[in-house]
Amino acid sequence: MTGMKKLAGAALALCMATTAAAAQDTHVRIGLMYTLSGPPAALGEQSRDAFLLALEQMGGKLGGKEVVLTIVDDELKPDVAVTRARGLIERDDVHFVIGPIFSNVAQAIQKPIVDAGRIMISSNAGPSDLAGEQCHPNYFNTAFQNDQVHEVMGAVAKERGYQRVFLLTPNYQAGRDSMAGFKRGFEGGGEIIDEVYVPMNQLDFSGELARIAALQPDAVFTFMPGGMGVNLVRQYAQAGLTDRVPFLSAFTVDETNLPAQQAAAQGMYSGATWTPDMDTPGNAEFVAAFEAKYDRVPALYAMQAYDTAMLLDAALANVDDLSDVEAVRAALKTAEFPSLRGAFRFNTNQHPVQNFVLAQVAQRADGKYQTQFVEEVFTDYGDNYAALCSMSQ
Amino acid sequence: MYATLILVQTLNGLQLGIILFLIAAGLTLVFGVMDFINLAHGVQYMLGAYFAYEFTTLTGSFTLGLLMALPAALLAGLVLEAFIFRHLYDRDHLEQVLATFGVILFLNQGVKVVWGASPLFVPVPDWLQGSIEILPGFFYPIYRLAIIAAGLGVAALLYFLVNHTRAGMLVRAGASNATMVAALGVDIRFLFMIVFGFGAMLAGFAGAMVAPILSVEPGMGDNLLILAFVVIVIGGIGSIRGAFIAALLIGLVDTLGRGFSTDLLRLVMDPSAASQTGRAIAPMLTYILMALVLVFRPSGLFPVKK
Repeated sequence: MTGMKKLAGAALALCMATTAAAAQDTHVRIGLMYTLSGPPAALGEQSRDAFLLALEQMGGKLGGKEVVLTIVDDELKPDVAVTRARGLIERDDVHFVIGPIFSNVAQAIQKPIVDAGRIMISSNAGPSDLAGEQCHPNYFNTAFQNDQVHEVMGAVAKERGYQRVFLLTPNYQAGRDSMAGFKRGFEGGGEIIDEVYVPMNQLDFSGELARIAALQPDAVFTFMPGGMGVNLVRQYAQAGLTDRVPFLSAFTVDETNLPAQQAAAQGMYSGATWTPDMDTPGNAEFVAAFEAKYDRVPALYAMQAYDTAMLLDAALANVDDLSDVEAVRAALKTAEFPSLRGAFRFNTNQHPVQNFVLAQVAQRADGKYQTQFVEEVFTDYGDNYAALCSMSQ
Repeated sequence: MYATLILVQTLNGLQLGIILFLIAAGLTLVFGVMDFINLAHGVQYMLGAYFAYEFTTLTGSFTLGLLMALPAALLAGLVLEAFIFRHLYDRDHLEQVLATFGVILFLNQGVKVVWGASPLFVPVPDWLQGSIEILPGFFYPIYRLAIIAAGLGVAALLYFLVNHTRAGMLVRAGASNATMVAALGVDIRFLFMIVFGFGAMLAGFAGAMVAPILSVEPGMGDNLLILAFVVIVIGGIGSIRGAFIAALLIGLVDTLGRGFSTDLLRLVMDPSAASQTGRAIAPMLTYILMALVLVFRPSGLFPVKK
C-alpha cells in the first residue's frame, strides 16, 4: 500500500515536471528595465504601468503566449543597468529586454543584450549611435530617434517665420544634441540670437529670463527635462513671458511635469509623436483605462510602452519557437499592430517611421492638464542616422 | 535696453543675495559663537520649504503656511540641537563635519520617505501673483520683489537684535570670547541653544520664501550650503554685518557674472569662443572672489575681533 502511494507520488511528480517544462517552452520571458527610483522615476513608472495595463487587458498573454515578467530598476546608473541586464539574461533567461527611459542607460545595456542573442526593444531612448553605426538586428526602437522631436520644433519655428530664436538648455550631452536637432529643423529659417547653457540642476532661471525679456526674441526653444522644467515653466509664467514670447519645448511640458506646472504651462508648445487627445484607433480607450487604473494622465512614455506590448502581441502570434531568434526578428519587423499614434512601421535601422506632431498644453474639462494635438509637422518621417546603419545597405 | 537688463539682473542678484544672507546669518553665528561647523544647516532650509508646503496645503493660504512653518523650523532646529549637535560642541571639527554630514543624508532621505521624491509645488499667493512693469517693457515678478523686501526687513530686525538688545550683546560677546562670557556667569549652553534655534528658523524662513518660485525637493539645500559657506568666509566668521555684505556681493557677482560674462568676453573674443569661455568662467567667479578675499584679508572683510 505504501509502495503504491510512493509510486503514484513519483508518477505525479514526474507528470508535473514534464508539464512545467512544456509550459516553460511556450512562455515568453520579458524583462522590463526602467528608471524607478529618484526624481526621474515618474517617467519610468509611466512606461511600466502602461505595459502592465496592456498585459492585464490581454489576460497576461502576448500573442497567445503566457508572459513571465521581471521588472528591474536601472537607477539611472549605466553600471547598475548593465549588472541588472546581465541578471535578466543569465538568471531570468529572458527573450526580450524592454526599456530603458534614458539614453545613457540604453547605450550601456544594448551590447550585452544583443551579444547574448536576446532582443532589446527600446521604448523611449533613441541615441544616435544605436540608430546609426551601432545598429543591430536584435535591437529595435519603438519610440523615436532622440534628435527628431527637437527637429520638429525647429521646423515649426521655421514654418511660423520666427526670425529671432533664443535657445536654452542644460549643459550636458542630451542638451547639446537637442540644440543641434533644433538647428537642423530650423535650417534656412531665421537667426539663433543666443544659446544659453545652464548648469545641470539649476533651479533659479531669473537671470536667463531677464535676458529673454531684454532680447525679446520671436520664440524660445528649450529642452529642460524633469524638475528643471517645472521650475523654468513656472518662473517663465511668473515673469509674464508666456503671452509675449512663444515657448517651444521638448520633454519639458509633458504629462509627467504638468501636475506640478499646472496653469503655468498653459499654451506652451511641445514636439511629440502622440498626444492623449489624438483621434487614433484605440487611443481614447487607452487613455481612459490608464487614468481609471492609475489616476493620472498618460504621457508619451506610457503610450510607447503600450505600443511595444501591442507590437509584441502581434509579432508573437506568428512565432512558434521563441528560441528561433531570426524568426522572432522577422516577425517583429513585419508585425502589423494598431499603434496609438496612427501610422507606424520600422525603418531599415529598426527605428520607427512615423508622424511627428506639434502639441500644446491645455486644461481639460475635468481640470487636469494635458498636451493636445495642434498639427502634424512631419509625415512618415524616418531618422537621419538610418543611412549609417549597416542593415540599411 | 542694456541698462534695464543690468537693472533687472541686479534685482535678481539682490534676491539671491538676500536668500543667501538668511541662510548664512545662522551659519556664521553658530560657527562664530560656538565654533561649530554645521553642514546640516542647508537641511534646515529644505525643512523650511517642506513645512511651508505642508502647512500651505493644509490651510490653503501661503501666509498662514509661512507663519506656521517658522515655529516648526525653530522646533526642528531645537530638536536637532538637543539630540545631536549639543553632544558635538566639544568635539573637533572633523567629527562635527562627519556627524552633521550624516544628518544631511538622514534628513534628505527622511523627507523622501515622508513627502516622496518628486518635486513639490507651492502656489504663489494670489496677492503677490504676476509681474509689474518696473520700466517700460520690463516686467519683474512681484513675488521676487516681496522676497527682497522681506529679507531686508529680517536683516534690519537682526541688526536691531544683535546690536541693541541684551541677548544680542551676549551673542556678540560670545563670538569674541565664549569662555570669558561663561566665566562671567552667563549660561553659555542656553545662549548656544537660542542662537542655534534662531539660525535654524532663519534658514527655514529662506526655504519657505523660495518654495513658491523653486520646486521643493530633497537635497535642495545642499548647493546653497556651499555658497553660504563662501559667504561667511568672505564676510568674516561670526559677523552678521559681514554675512549681509558678503551675501549681497556673492548674489550679485554670481548673477551678473552668469548674465554678462559672455557679453564682456565677446568684446575681445569671437562669439563662439566667448560663449564657451563665458559658460566656463561664470560659475567660478564666486570662488575666485573668495580666493582673492582670502589672499588679501584672510579673516574676511569684517572679522570679529578676538
